[in-house]
Amino acid sequence: MRKFAIVAAVLTLFAGVADAQTPRKGGTIRMTAPYAASFGSLDPHATPRAQDDIVGKAIHRTLFNWDSAGGKLVPELALSVTASADGLTHTFKLRDDAFFHNGRKMTADDVIWSFTRIMDGTKGFAAARYVRVIKGAVDVEKGQAKEISGLRKIDDFTLEMTVTDIVDPAYYFFSGTTAILPKEEVEKGNFAANPVGLGPFKFKEHIPGSRVVAERWEKFYKPGKPYADRLVVQIMAEAAARDVAFRNKEIDTSILGPAQYVAYREDPALKGGILEVAEMFTRALTLNHAYKPFSDKRVRQAVNHAIDTDLIIKRLVKDKAYRATSWLPLSSPAYDKAMKPYAFDPEKAKKLLAEAGYPNGFEFELTTSPNESWGLPIVEAIIPMLARVGIKVKPKLVEVTVLTEIAQKGDHQAYIGSNLTGPDSLATLRCYYSKTPRTACNYTGFNNPAFDKLLDDAGKTADQAKRNDLLRQANALIHEEAPVWFFNYNKAVLAYQPWIHGLQANPTEITHQYVEDIWVDEKSPAK
Amino acid sequence: MLAVLVRRLLNVVPTLVAVVALVFLLFSVLPGSFISGMNEDGRGMVDPAVMERMRKEMGLDDPLVERFVKYVGRTVVGDFGNSFRTREPVTKLIGARLWPSLKLVLASMLFAIVVGVPLGFVAALKPGSALDTASMVVAISGLSLPKFWLGLMLMYLFALQLKLLPSFGYGEGGLAHLTLPALALGVSPMALLARTTRAAVLDVLNADFVRTARSKGMSEARVVEWHVMRNALVLVLTTIGLQFGSLMGQAVVVEKLFSWPGLGSLLVDSVFQRDIPAVQGCILLIVVFFLAINTLVDLAYVAIDPRIRYG
Repeated sequence: MRKFAIVAAVLTLFAGVADAQTPRKGGTIRMTAPYAASFGSLDPHATPRAQDDIVGKAIHRTLFNWDSAGGKLVPELALSVTASADGLTHTFKLRDDAFFHNGRKMTADDVIWSFTRIMDGTKGFAAARYVRVIKGAVDVEKGQAKEISGLRKIDDFTLEMTVTDIVDPAYYFFSGTTAILPKEEVEKGNFAANPVGLGPFKFKEHIPGSRVVAERWEKFYKPGKPYADRLVVQIMAEAAARDVAFRNKEIDTSILGPAQYVAYREDPALKGGILEVAEMFTRALTLNHAYKPFSDKRVRQAVNHAIDTDLIIKRLVKDKAYRATSWLPLSSPAYDKAMKPYAFDPEKAKKLLAEAGYPNGFEFELTTSPNESWGLPIVEAIIPMLARVGIKVKPKLVEVTVLTEIAQKGDHQAYIGSNLTGPDSLATLRCYYSKTPRTACNYTGFNNPAFDKLLDDAGKTADQAKRNDLLRQANALIHEEAPVWFFNYNKAVLAYQPWIHGLQANPTEITHQYVEDIWVDEKSPAK
Repeated sequence: MLAVLVRRLLNVVPTLVAVVALVFLLFSVLPGSFISGMNEDGRGMVDPAVMERMRKEMGLDDPLVERFVKYVGRTVVGDFGNSFRTREPVTKLIGARLWPSLKLVLASMLFAIVVGVPLGFVAALKPGSALDTASMVVAISGLSLPKFWLGLMLMYLFALQLKLLPSFGYGEGGLAHLTLPALALGVSPMALLARTTRAAVLDVLNADFVRTARSKGMSEARVVEWHVMRNALVLVLTTIGLQFGSLMGQAVVVEKLFSWPGLGSLLVDSVFQRDIPAVQGCILLIVVFFLAINTLVDLAYVAIDPRIRYG
């Protein structure tokens, strides 16, 4: 309980990192994109990568945004949404003051066109997974229709959306990949090289493999914002290089790994500029239930009892993680704060194994990537722990891309990985729904009628409180069934310079900042 | 000279075909695909039916031979296909990265030649001297240092401690941003050139014709100018050519470390995401660059030493 109190305190402390100072107009924000050596695409529909959304959130806009201070989704391009009695038809009031960077005002037609573009099945846009919830979207994807029947323009700034399930559309239309784009600019071709959006900054320059520069959009719909004149997003995939650049005051923000987290916390000059948040990623050792020992719940529970998870988080992950209790992350609306994680109890693990018919343990192959936070180093730590209860682990090292393919094919006995688990609790738990195929994230092959019923009931419930209660029960069932070894929820850590203000502790991805709220004071060395 | 060039170019063709085939085969047998990578972290979650269709469109399910024939057919006419990742033509992606890469490689090579060759030359003229020992220590250290570590140390020293240069990035493409990555990349060929030059010069200095020249009373300066430089240059030139050609490939680590927008960082990202057309395009270009440089070196041989003939 104490741990949750600390977490809550940290989240409250940093949510928004708002300060009492008056924001200064002007200056340059210098952020870093730390996940790869290049951006995938500046066309937000064409990329599912977190790296690209760092720029996407500045240049483009979506119907909803995540409000980090409030811990919820809020309307952005949508001003308000009202649902019909059956919960399937939503009427959107859209902003009438949002201008694309070419000077044209956004209307309902742009939303319809953007979503229709996303559903073009020949493109394979990742955002189709969200838009597919709109009635008739699948027909467009399959090439059986040209228009999404569930989208209807009422007037320029009113849109009706009919969905196929009772869902909160906010969860579906806040991802950067569902950005609203101007048709005329996209159809000119070469949009990825000249992106035009509705965001607070307009695109100026992209040096592939190095940086993106954007400038203040004067007609941005939030009065007085953005504060800064310029935004530079510098691609810096190497942690050591980021460290030098940050210490040399050449960048304003940097993502920290476990080793740097320790170093920065211990450095008096740097420890004041650390922003941390429980990100919506669950790290877990996924046990394939098609591999005989793991089809038995007792074996899976034994694995959870056999591993000293707290020790690994403390020593190896350097406390840059929160202990996972079940599948839903800390910041999920259906997270059960009272839930206790599996206790480290090797004797109980042995007993459970014996009851399951494995008194002498068994052997399994564990597929892993080299990732320092949830890959090979963690596997090396759990090998002796599992050996103590008789379970022998044969590690198999592969690249992350290969790991995904193996998981989707079910071509593993077990693998360790990181899973996006937020913020939509229902969608997150669907990874354990029996009808969800392995290709769509049921990597364990989980099949439990009681769980399915809870999810079905939740899906039919429009009342959010009741729905969350059902999802909490489903999450508790996952805890009990232990389809995986629950390892941790990622603690994302952003180092920031003392002259930058207004950063948000965004649990969906800490690098995704709403840059219109960020400002730099006169101490910034950037011109 | 023209005949040499034609013969050399004809030799290049089978090498290119072999490289094209090798690159194609390597990426065909490698596990993982661009499609599976789209679901990394559960982020993409592309519909299985769409994934299936994309696999078909990208030709990932076609028989190996069919894919190879298509690939060769396209490559011959200079079409490297579209990148899976950005959906843009690979030639366009490469075009954006080519000049920064060339600039980095040229600057590194310039540093390597300007420092390495004189260093080796001076060391060879006074073998066993303190200068010789010192220059060889520099050379061996330069060869042994990993580029990543060296790059970090350069950043630490020149950016963080001395505040002389920016630690990373492209800036406006000027000298300030180019210096550190060029040094990080150029130290190794510099060291190799110093050692090669020293060995080549020593070799020539001990040759019979040099002894003859000296015995005829030719001054030491004339001996060095007329005999040593010209003869040693063939070996030095070979080393320069080989290093120059391979630097484009070696630049990967340095470009990534310094956020330099060259082919190396494009190649790394493309490999990790299994963006096969982009990988094939980058590797092919690097190989062509290597072969082109070697051809130029061969031609230079003929110019320097007319006794050399290629048959």
